[in-house]
Amino acid sequence: MELKSYQEDRFYIIALAGDLDAGSSISLDNALEEAIKMKKKQILIDCQGLNYISSPGIGVLTSRLEDCESTDTTIVLYAMSEKIYNVFTILGLDQVLPIKKSKEDAKLFSNDI
Amino acid sequence: MIFSIEVSCRKHNLRRVRSFVNEILENHYRLDACNANLLVLAIDELCANLMIHSHQCNPSDLIEVRITNDQYNFVFEIHDQSNDTFNLLEYKIPDMKQIIKDKKNGGIGLILVKKIMDDIEFEKRGEHNICRLYKSFPTRASA
Repeated sequence: MELKSYQEDRFYIIALAGDLDAGSSISLDNALEEAIKMKKKQILIDCQGLNYISSPGIGVLTSRLEDCESTDTTIVLYAMSEKIYNVFTILGLDQVLPIKKSKEDAKLFSNDI
Repeated sequence: MIFSIEVSCRKHNLRRVRSFVNEILENHYRLDACNANLLVLAIDELCANLMIHSHQCNPSDLIEVRITNDQYNFVFEIHDQSNDTFNLLEYKIPDMKQIIKDKKNGGIGLILVKKIMDDIEFEKRGEHNICRLYKSFPTRASA
């Protein structure tokens, strides 16, 4: 999996590409931990290049939710393919994690919180 | 027709299993990408569970995945040799809200397997374990 992090205006964007599985989920965990430590309050996760996600990858996201709440940080996912979105809906996570169609939608949502 | 793949218990072989299952489902059976991905995910989760918990990622241990199909009914079999038999049917599936609250990620894979598959069976013949997963589609879910 490839992971790129960059700042765009007030947003901290983590772009994922490839397979987020048992072997690669640690990279996302480290990136999120670093972002929270750096006090990035508006984190956007670009899922456009994400081809596959399994439970370790999902677990990284869910395990950070409480940290985000306690530090007033928002995480918004965007540009997810239908097959990846389907995995989130099966677990009911589409009701817990904000998932938006585009970067613009994700920014608007993040600003409105 | 039976399609099968055998891999050693190394985590990087999960990708080979995923590619194999996806290739069969999408290219041979013409299953749509969403349904194929869910079935690949369920097989991946169970193989990962076996490799890590039953075989401690021992590269000399082997896992075999077999796929058979009768019209719209898929049967997946995962074969391994181990004294340690994890039985998903006896596993109490945790609640997703509790997993989030506890900041744990264990159990998510098994929630997925149970939600994706229609039926799950376990068979033990000595040290030979077979996990059978069934999935039917009311009509052909093709692309």
